[in-house]
Amino acid sequence: MTEKKIQVINRLGLHARPAALLVQKASRFQSEIRLVKDEYELNAKSIMSVMMLAAEMGSFITIKAWGEDEVQAVEEIAKLFLEKFGED
Amino acid sequence: MKNQKKNRIWLGISASPGIAIGKVYRLNRAEINIREENLSSDQVENEILRFEKALNEAKIEISKLKESVAKKLGPEHAKLFEAYLLILEDEFINQQVLSGIREEKKNAEFVYNRVVQKTIQTISLSRDEYLKERVADISAVSNRVLNRLLGIKQHTIEPLETPGIIVAHSLAPGDVVQMKKGNVLGFATDTGGKTSHVALLAKSFGFPAVVGLKTFFSSLKGGEMLILDGDEGEVILSPDEITLKSYEAKREKLLERKRSLADLTSLPAETKDKRKIELSANIELLSDVDTAIENGAQGIGLFRTEYLYLASSDLPGEEEQYQAYSFLARKVYPQNVIIRTFDMGGDKFVQDAERVYEANPFLGWRAIRACLDLPDFFKTQLRAILKASSLGNLSIMLPMISGLEELLKSKELLEEVKSELREKKVPFDEKIKLGIMIEIPSAALEADSLAQHCDFFSIGTNDLIQYTLAVDRTNERIAHLYQSFHPSILKLIKKTVEDGHKNNIWVGMCGEMATDPKATSFLVGLGIDELSTSPLAIPQIKKIIRSIEFEEARNLAEQAMKLDDSKDIEKFLDEDYQRKFSHENSART
Repeated sequence: MTEKKIQVINRLGLHARPAALLVQKASRFQSEIRLVKDEYELNAKSIMSVMMLAAEMGSFITIKAWGEDEVQAVEEIAKLFLEKFGED
Repeated sequence: MKNQKKNRIWLGISASPGIAIGKVYRLNRAEINIREENLSSDQVENEILRFEKALNEAKIEISKLKESVAKKLGPEHAKLFEAYLLILEDEFINQQVLSGIREEKKNAEFVYNRVVQKTIQTISLSRDEYLKERVADISAVSNRVLNRLLGIKQHTIEPLETPGIIVAHSLAPGDVVQMKKGNVLGFATDTGGKTSHVALLAKSFGFPAVVGLKTFFSSLKGGEMLILDGDEGEVILSPDEITLKSYEAKREKLLERKRSLADLTSLPAETKDKRKIELSANIELLSDVDTAIENGAQGIGLFRTEYLYLASSDLPGEEEQYQAYSFLARKVYPQNVIIRTFDMGGDKFVQDAERVYEANPFLGWRAIRACLDLPDFFKTQLRAILKASSLGNLSIMLPMISGLEELLKSKELLEEVKSELREKKVPFDEKIKLGIMIEIPSAALEADSLAQHCDFFSIGTNDLIQYTLAVDRTNERIAHLYQSFHPSILKLIKKTVEDGHKNNIWVGMCGEMATDPKATSFLVGLGIDELSTSPLAIPQIKKIIRSIEFEEARNLAEQAMKLDDSKDIEKFLDEDYQRKFSHENSART
């Protein structure tokens, strides 16, 4: 398992557009990918799950992945967050 | 004859700027009523087919919207509708619906609505306004599916026959896409917030809009005269003649202002008496550079390279850095790009084992201090910058210099890298400029000697204020002590500019003060040569520069320097700014 903790830094948090980018990115990997925030752990390949994660700006999320491409998956998803999903 | 009260003002939330004046077009929508029905076992598979058909039809509709938005506004804006398609395809919802229909033998709309409502409830628990917006997104999608299942004709916004303002209880992003510019002058809704997708789309399409008007919609009959003020976030129902006239004037003024700001991009940032100020942009991401250029930046006054690290989660290697720097150099050429070397805590540069807890990271091992301790790491960055410098438009800037020793040591390393490159015959700009940030009080006090060893200064006000006043502005209990216009700060800025000029080097500013319109005249008056601001602030700052005289600004700066209380100084500068520019900001008469 690979995991990485990141912070949501785009002003609007994980609203629909970033959620879509995240799900599209996650779906390109074979690994099972989950997002963990507080006590919630949700499937990164489901947009409803991602939107239900109350990930506002400043909150911390751990990305976890299990599978052959887990390292790359975690890294590329973390990058989306750090690039603020191209927003702001 | 109207028996309504004139000039009834409703306060809402500004969603998209601009003024619209016209007749109310009331957009009425059928309520969605969902009944719970029991199915017999042989109806179940049919019900599932019905559900899937509704999903598919909704998908086709949304795909069409997506195409239309991509064509009109560009693929970036179409992303929202991609999210909508993903919502329709989401297994999390759909599996629950399918098993609900199968196991409970209930009708599709009932089960679907229940699943969606449950999700919406979970999200609504969030206190964050931005996050609540997601409820609107899910409703926008689920309403389409429900309408299909219930056989309600999909509401579309029919083209208005005469120009008017659309008023609805709520609107979905898809509705805004369907609005035709020309007859739709703007829109107002009871629901929605400032950052809703509806608001963002309204801005992109240029529709003035006010949202969050609560019960406005139900108070209307339709056809009333309405003023919609998207700047103030209010609407005025049945305005009288005088109000109408003043808003028509305001609308004209806003249009004119918009035109003149657009004209500004190509004009130089110079005072009326032709003193030129280099007006450039601070950027973090490579993608910010387009916004900077669009807004008329004369180059990049600060590229924060630590974002390269943040974006890749590993230390960016020489090649990755080289790619980024040469991309910028090419993109901005012939204008200049100032690349600031890594400005972050040293713990990011080393292995976990070497990390040490710091009680005061802002007074700790960071920026140039860490770079000088890790010369190989620092030289990699310098090498990448030099290799990308062949076009001759890159400069290097060192953060957090506290005194001469750090500057000289950095120069030594830079010279080492240069001679290595020469040996290997790698081309680079031999005349590359090296500047330093003035953001530590000791550096401002030592500006005279520092200026003899570098090519430019850029004042970083955020840190300068924090270190001079010993205030961490993120600490709410003392945030009021963070005073940008504290006389000590102004003195340090003045000294930096004077000492720089005495040694024939230029002095700029890339801190937040450079973006503050109140400070512009003062800074120009002190003789600042360059201001590097956030990309979006450039037109406004340029406008101020172009409307002042250097002499007049010098007087202002002189007056301000005589005051000894930060509140008085701020008030003095603000009054001057308001006197000259307030009519620009609020065209209200």
